Order: sequence, then structure tokens, then C-alpha cells
Amino acid sequence: MNSLTSTWAKRGSNPVLLAVWGLASALVVYVLIRGGYLMSVLQIAAIYTVFVTGLNIFMGYTGQVSFGHNAFAAVSGYTSAVLTATYNWEPLPAAAVGLGGVLLCALIIGYPTLRLRGHYLAMATLAIGLIAYDVAVEWGSVTQGYMGISGIPPIGIGRWTVASDRGILVLLIIVAAIGMFAAAGIRRSRLGRAFVAIAGSENAARALGIDVSHYKLVAFLISAFYAGVAGSLFVHAIGFVSPEVFGLHMVVLAFTMLYIGGIGTFVGPALGALIVTLLPESFRTFNEYQDLAYGAVLILILIYAPGGVASLPKLLSSSSRRKPA
Amino acid sequence: MSMLRLDSITRRFGGLVALENVSLEIQTSGITAIIGPNGAGKTTLFNIISGFNTPSAGRVLFGDDDITGIAPELIARRGLIRTFQLVQLFDELSVLENVKVGRHLHTRGGLLMAFLPRLAARREAEVEAAAQALLRQTGLADRACVPASALPYGQKRLLEIARALAAEPKLLLLDEPAAGLNREETLRLAELLRAVAAAGTAVLLIEHDMTLVMNVAAQIAVLDFGRLIANGTPAEVRQNPDVIAAYLGQAEAALA
Repeated sequence: MNSLTSTWAKRGSNPVLLAVWGLASALVVYVLIRGGYLMSVLQIAAIYTVFVTGLNIFMGYTGQVSFGHNAFAAVSGYTSAVLTATYNWEPLPAAAVGLGGVLLCALIIGYPTLRLRGHYLAMATLAIGLIAYDVAVEWGSVTQGYMGISGIPPIGIGRWTVASDRGILVLLIIVAAIGMFAAAGIRRSRLGRAFVAIAGSENAARALGIDVSHYKLVAFLISAFYAGVAGSLFVHAIGFVSPEVFGLHMVVLAFTMLYIGGIGTFVGPALGALIVTLLPESFRTFNEYQDLAYGAVLILILIYAPGGVASLPKLLSSSSRRKPA
Repeated sequence: MSMLRLDSITRRFGGLVALENVSLEIQTSGITAIIGPNGAGKTTLFNIISGFNTPSAGRVLFGDDDITGIAPELIARRGLIRTFQLVQLFDELSVLENVKVGRHLHTRGGLLMAFLPRLAARREAEVEAAAQALLRQTGLADRACVPASALPYGQKRLLEIARALAAEPKLLLLDEPAAGLNREETLRLAELLRAVAAAGTAVLLIEHDMTLVMNVAAQIAVLDFGRLIANGTPAEVRQNPDVIAAYLGQAEAALA
């Protein structure tokens, strides 16, 4: 009858995935109680969950590619930083202005570039990310160049601010969860169906009356908005911003998270963000072989779960179904 | 009044003339077939009608409107829906979701609806019901939750038709719907097409399977080397000497 709800229910009740969720929440609770260095690692994971969830809407659902979403994080991150640290604005209106700027930029950039496909779109978006980085470096009077901007106040309204590491982590997790469920809502809606149809076959989508260029732009705007939210969250949570924060490194990390977690899936971005931020930390004991071990694990995951960690339950159930036959 | 009128359509690809001065009228109801040997220009003609290609000269009229060179999605919005010779499904989506995408033109709602699932619930229920009904009609109801890519070839063809029907076309264009189907599946397809036509949708199909064509089509147009060489009832076309020479004659020679 209602396969739509049942596919989601099925995914939720899958024992493997439940175990993964249980493990993740146990970790979060442990870190919240224990505190310490892992707290800031999880903060980064939560911020990246927002960023990658947005990227997943554009790349996973709609099947496009962007190497340039760091530019949108930079636009809102720097707007937040400059307006609060330099002009003493409240964080929330500063972030709102930043997000407005992000949407405007995404509209101006997306309209011409989304006519490109595949590798050409990838190149164009890569250029946009590099341009954003250069602007952050060169526009010294506003961004203070390589030095960056420090002393950015934490998120809050008036006197009430979220300043403690614990408070920030809880807030970030709440925002990340809202972002994930909003993305799931989009996926299940008519809008989301138009996105996945474009990923499946642009010609078939057009033949059914779906305005492909319009929906690509909408997907681009939504994902840019997520990137902007991540950018503002970052500067307010860490209290500092420099060009490197939103550089090419951010793109590489986000891509790794998207593919390790599982592109096109609901939990993929969050799982990917957790794994990719925690893995290097867990290999600290390997000392100089830390990066080697990290790389090896990433490769192993992609060999044995090409659909990412989120596809593991499906992989396991299909192999166990095959065995008795 | 005719549903679709092709007015002296010519299409050149460089020096090759794929279609030359093709004029054709399709009635507002019933099934019309376009037949012709490989390379006769049938698919090019379909692409021109559905907006995936533009003619070098000539006009396409859908109802009273000139739709020549209009974007495919705008033509679809007017009620002209096509399928593809190489099946174009949304492979990763379930069979049911494929059909739901077909409801796009008859539903509304963007970002706001995505965030207000309660408000959207009734519409979603309607989409679900319509999709399920089409799956039952095409005999795919028990495959609803399977990914489209997992279907056998014959069912993929049926699913593409079900998805097109979800868009409630006034005119349905089918590009070789029986290609790759076995005898039993072809019979089912003929039944389905008759039911669709009986329900008031005009059907235009390109087809090589002559049993299917002779079985369902009220009107047959024959293309050969980009020219329309015959147009009429199955009986008329079957006796047309040009057709026998160009098409059926060839088949006989191949059999001998």
C-alpha cells in the first residue's frame, strides 16, 4: 500500500543501521559527558554534516557535480565574521545577511554554469571555489587576508549566548538534525522526485514535463543555502575564520564524507562526516603512519562498500539472502 | 479537427536528408502507426514532434497550436507525452516511484510542500493511488517496490508506458514499444494499447512488429528514406505496391 513510508521504515528498522545509530549516539553522549578534545572534533563533524547534506541534494539526489560549494560557505562565513567582529552586529542578523548573500551568489553563478554538464560543470564550480579563496586572501581591508578574523562572538540572541563547548555541540547537532530531516522531506516530495528524475535521465524527465534547468537551479540554491548555514555555524562555533578554513581542503573533505557515508542516502552525509573527522583521530597512536592508515581504511570502505557505509545493511542482507539459495 | 498535423516537415543532417516534405495528420482518437525500414526517419520524426529535435523546414501543429521547435517539457505540458526507443527509466527509483514522477504535471508544490508533509499528505495519497492504479493496469502491481533497473526488459517497456500514462497524455507517442517483447508480452501490450485508446487517448506508435501494427492500428503511415510513401487503413497500406516494394517486399526477400 504505502511503500514510500515502508521503505523509510524499513531503512530505520534495519538492525545494522540501528546499531550504527546506537554507536553514534553513544559516542555523542559519552563526549558530551566526558568533554575534552573530542568535543571540538564532533563540532566539526556536525558542521560538515550540514554542508554535506546540502551537497548531497545537489550531487546525490539531482546527480550534478560541484567542487565549488566551499565558496558559499565562505560568503556567509565571512559575512557573519565581518559583521559581528568588525561591526558588532548580533550573530543572527549577520548570518541572515550572509545567507541572503549566498542565495544571491548561487543564483548569479548557477544560472549560467548549470547549462554545463558533467566535467564542464565540475571545472566551472572548481573555478568558483578557487575565486572565493583568492578573494578572501586578497581583499585584505575586509577579510584581513591570510591573518584571518578572530574574536567572532558565539551564536546567541542579546545576552543569551551559546558559549560553552557543550552548548555549541548540542546546538550544532540540533541544526544538523533539522538539516537532515529537511533533506529527507525534500526527497520524499514532488520536488525531490523531480530532482531524482533528473539524475536518472534528463531526457525522460523533460518528456514528462519536468523543467530540468529550473529544478537544477533550485537544487543548486538549496545546497548552497546548506553550505552557507555550515559556513556561518563554523565561524561562530570556532570563533575564527581564515581563507584556509573554506579552501579546497573543505571540498576534498566533503567529497570524501559524501562517498564514504553513501551518496544519495539519508544517513550517508552524517555517517561520512563522523567517520572522516574521527578516523584520523583514532589513528593517532600510529604516529607517522597515521595518514597511511587513514587512507587505507578509506580505500577499504570504498572497495567493500562502494555505495558507502550507508549501503552496508543492503549489502549484508543481499549477501545473506544469496547464501541459502 | 486533427490532433496532430505535420506540415511539410524536412530535416537535414549535413548532406543527409533524414526527412523530406513529410505531411501527416493524426486523428483525435484511435491508434496510428508509423512503419518503415530501419533508417527511414521514424525516430527523427518522433524527436521533432516531441521537441527533442527541430525541423529544417516545416511546422508541427498540436491541436491549434504551432509547437515547432518548442522545448520538450513545454510540449509535454500541452499533453503530448513520449517514450523512448531505448527505454529511459529512472533506474535507481522503485517501479512505483517511476510512475509517481509521471504525475509531475498534474500535481503542484515545491519547497514549501516538502517541509509541510501533513499538508502534502492528501496530494501524496492521490499520487500514490493513481500510480498504483496504473501499475495494476499494466500488470506491474506486484513489482511496485522493486528498483526499476531490476525489471526484465519486457516489464521495463511496460513501466515506461505506465509512467507516460501517469502524465494523462492527450497524445501518447510510443517509439517501438514491442521491441524485445516476447509473443505473450506483445499480446498484452496490444490489449493495453486498445484500452488506452478506448479511454480517449490518441496513440501514435513507431513499430517494427507487423502483427502488433496490423492488430491495433486504425491508420498506418509508411516512411521510406525520409519520404511518406503511403498513409491509410491497414488494408490499404497492405495492398500499396510501393509499400510492398519498400518494406514488406524486403522482409519477404530476407525470409527467402
